[in-house]
Amino acid sequence: MSDETMKHREVRTPRAIKRGAVLLGLIVLTLVVALSVTGCGKKKSTTTKTSASGGNCQLQVFSWWTGGGEAAGLAKLITDWNTTSSLGGGSPACQFKNETVAGGAGSNAKAVLAQRLVAKKPPDSFQGHAGKELLDYIKAGQIEPINFIYKAAGFEKVMAPQLIKQITYQGNLYSVPVNIHRANVLWFNPKVLKAAGITIKAGAPLTWDQWISDLNAVKAKQPNVTPLALGEAWTQKHLLETVMIGALGPDGWASLFTKTGDWNSAKVTAALDRFKTLLTYTNSDAASLTWQDAGKLVVDGKAAFNVMGDWQEGYFGGKVSAGNLGMKSGVDYSWTAAADTNGVFDWLSDSFTLPKGAPHRAAAVKWLTFLGSLKAQDTFNPVKGSIPARQDANPALYDTYLKWSLQQWKADKLACSLTHGCIASNAWNADVDTALGQFMQSKDVAAFQKALAAAAKKNA
Amino acid sequence: MKNIRRWGPGLLLVSPSIILITIFVYGLIGWNVKVSLSNWRQAQPTSHYSGIGAYQDLNHDAAFRQSLAHLLVFTIVFALGTLIIGWTLALLLDKGVKGEGFFRAVFLFPMAISFIAAGIVWRWLMNPAPGNRATGLNVIFDKLGLHALANQWYLDSNPVIGGIRSWGMAAMAMPAIWALSGYVMALYLAGFRGVPEELREAARMDGASELRVYRHVVFPHLKPVTLAALIIIGHISIKIFDLMVAIGGKQGFNTQTPAVYMWIQIYDRSDFAKGAAIATLLLLLISVLVIPYLIYTVRSERRS
Amino acid sequence: MTATPTTLPAQGPARSKRGWKRVKKARAPTIKYTALLIFAVIVLMPVYILIVTGFKGVAETDPAHAWSLPSIWSLSAWHEAWTQLSPYMLNSFKLAIPATILSTALGCLNGFALSKWRFPGADIVFTFFLFGMFIPYQAVMIPLTELLSKLHFPAQLPQLALAHIIYGIPITTLIFRNYYATIPEDLMEASRMDGAGMLRTLWSVVLPISIPAFVVAAIWQFTSIWNDFLFAVFIITDPSQYPVTVALNNTTGSLVSAYNLQMSAALLASLPTLVVYILLGRYFMRGLMAGALKG
Repeated sequence: MSDETMKHREVRTPRAIKRGAVLLGLIVLTLVVALSVTGCGKKKSTTTKTSASGGNCQLQVFSWWTGGGEAAGLAKLITDWNTTSSLGGGSPACQFKNETVAGGAGSNAKAVLAQRLVAKKPPDSFQGHAGKELLDYIKAGQIEPINFIYKAAGFEKVMAPQLIKQITYQGNLYSVPVNIHRANVLWFNPKVLKAAGITIKAGAPLTWDQWISDLNAVKAKQPNVTPLALGEAWTQKHLLETVMIGALGPDGWASLFTKTGDWNSAKVTAALDRFKTLLTYTNSDAASLTWQDAGKLVVDGKAAFNVMGDWQEGYFGGKVSAGNLGMKSGVDYSWTAAADTNGVFDWLSDSFTLPKGAPHRAAAVKWLTFLGSLKAQDTFNPVKGSIPARQDANPALYDTYLKWSLQQWKADKLACSLTHGCIASNAWNADVDTALGQFMQSKDVAAFQKALAAAAKKNA
Repeated sequence: MKNIRRWGPGLLLVSPSIILITIFVYGLIGWNVKVSLSNWRQAQPTSHYSGIGAYQDLNHDAAFRQSLAHLLVFTIVFALGTLIIGWTLALLLDKGVKGEGFFRAVFLFPMAISFIAAGIVWRWLMNPAPGNRATGLNVIFDKLGLHALANQWYLDSNPVIGGIRSWGMAAMAMPAIWALSGYVMALYLAGFRGVPEELREAARMDGASELRVYRHVVFPHLKPVTLAALIIIGHISIKIFDLMVAIGGKQGFNTQTPAVYMWIQIYDRSDFAKGAAIATLLLLLISVLVIPYLIYTVRSERRS
Repeated sequence: MTATPTTLPAQGPARSKRGWKRVKKARAPTIKYTALLIFAVIVLMPVYILIVTGFKGVAETDPAHAWSLPSIWSLSAWHEAWTQLSPYMLNSFKLAIPATILSTALGCLNGFALSKWRFPGADIVFTFFLFGMFIPYQAVMIPLTELLSKLHFPAQLPQLALAHIIYGIPITTLIFRNYYATIPEDLMEASRMDGAGMLRTLWSVVLPISIPAFVVAAIWQFTSIWNDFLFAVFIITDPSQYPVTVALNNTTGSLVSAYNLQMSAALLASLPTLVVYILLGRYFMRGLMAGALKG
């Protein structure tokens, strides 16, 4: 054995030197790279330190606007901010630092944000849906009330009183809404409907019974077409909310989410029964389709109707170069208010907040004031495909659908969305998700109603 | 003692790692247990001890129980699928084929693709649309005439375990098997080739057929490989999260595992205590898996 | 000479060269090839969809058109993917290469000490490390990031690299320990008898024959570090330092998702890892053949 070992060592020694050299080289290389990576960092901090005298100010804004119209709209706002002297372009400059994390309507972003807030290293401003979605942050004392910004800029004079009321919590306002989306829109393919003998005028009121008879007509005359295209879990909740608003009306809807809301009423049972009926007209593979996939079924002529928020308009009619379908409004697709909800605007809004301990608070306040200004809202919204929260928008800048939406926004009664974080907190929404998930498997309305009532009791 | 000169250096060599692991693993586990027993159940961190409330909540939580059932089905199918396919591929490649390098690279490639995108593709493949809207794998089955195989995939909600619907998770294991089989193949291939040729020759000299050579000489040497593969598969299965979210969505009821449920508790509901309780329970579950491996390893080493 | 499975690994490659000659003589039947080809086709199906969707325009990227070839071949998604990913590729390299090298080095040292230069309680320490593989990261991201920030790194990529090095300790230690377990004790004894200390033995006896294990561990670590998203998105808050996985995730829009962009981006992001597999594939097999993960 030792002979072999001797042989090994004799053979190995020159190889050992070679390999030892390789290892040494690797270690040296690693140290060099590691030091240069660290060194780069060191250099960065020294240069920022020297410019600190001139204002080491970077407005850190955290959002999940990573694609399509929103990214484009945000980019325009950033340009405006960086070049306007009274905002970020002045001296000392406070250039925009766009911190975005994509994924599932902000689920990744929210997780990262939660970590930063707990670690007390907040950004200067972050995106959130206006309304109860911010409740967790409010209760944790992580965002500041911004009534003073509203007063100074006079927002309360230009934004709808219903809107202000619905985003006020215990007398305080916590975010500036940048845009308004409408959730209760019924999209349809006019050609498919025509083949089933139905015509619906764009924006015309539609009652529940009419809609059901339309769905039946499609089912009967066009067996290869899905009457109502549906997508994954959150789109099902979205559909549910429009049905409930239609059955209960905006006041009934709002009352459900107060402490005295009665989820056990017969009215709610009737609404849930409507939802159950609706499900019989939907595609069986709903849970595997995103909202886009479901919407595309309509445009492709494979489905007749789809209930979705008006970002569907951006996808249907927007430019192909931006990842949209480039279809013609009125020809390839059309819309109206969801059944029984004519005159009700089921709204949601992307808004920005002022975190406590924002590193550049003065700039953050300027940012929020800027966001609520007419210029910012009329710059951002036409590109994004939504309407401003302000009532004094210039309709000429908006396309056909958005013009209609602007009109409705001025006239309709407002209902705060559930699915999009307006009327209920995250925890409440999560409980509704669980109840809905179980219902989709069991189709048991009574159990569903019970679960919803329990969720309300727990969270109201 | 005299012996310290013998083993002192070894201990010293691993001590930096011991310190790092103590802080970054066990320290965090300790933090986790502490949080699970605290009253941190909203966005604002609090650290008052509050007892086993979070654990009691989990006990009454049907969704959590369901997620455990999902995990069980997923793990079993994932482990069996990966082991069987990996083993078969290794067997096919064992004796050496032309283009072995090509096949190896092909089978290993799935591991390089992130689940965020592979998830979308598998969602399309497992699209359950029936009839004329069939696509993905279902349409392939239809074209091949295998209509019976077309099914609901991960949306399947037929009950498997005690009325809890979890067949869908068996379908969810497919992308995971796709990603990991190549790696397990490599493990088994090494296992096959690690058997000295002399042993195989000796058996052949004794008149054993090739099949018998495999059964009695090669396969017994594969136990450690299988065990190591199981441990690695097991720990991936318990932690995996991106795949479920990419395919079933976070709210996807059929595809929720404890890892997804934990994320929802912590980051969507800000219920940090409940999330920490889930993590602690998972760790307990995992130690049940790891300890047999270690007893086995130590014993088998003492034997040799 | 009742050979045990643990004969001299240094002779491993040489010995199997002899075995290889015998193996090559055996004919590979067509059944084997057919089976392999069928498996290869099945494994490559999703890759086909990824590639093909990358070439499509938006009108064709939906589940219904999953299998069809593009009616109009377009490079725009690839171009866009490259534009969005390329600034961050360098960050990923700056992250993955040092972290891989350092974590494999650490694994080597640990594996050696735990298998060949043992001490009382070595098995306990090994268990101690191994359990670290199982910690569910999602639950501890918050205290983890806080701990890391206390170390006051001037830049974020080194912080991320450190996290990967630390959490790579269990798997790299496992790889090296099992690899070294196949080295006969006699080699160590001989070295000790010659008066060599631990480091000397490591340097001149063990390291020269460890290259295959280094490669095995490096491939595993490179893949995990390159593809990691969770740590990257929590630790790197400065967008200019995002690794490529965060940029890849950001190809998802918050509302509209361009599938062709996402898939082409995913393929582009996976290419460096594929290159690592192909180039080192040979060494990979050799490493495993010497028992790196045999257990």
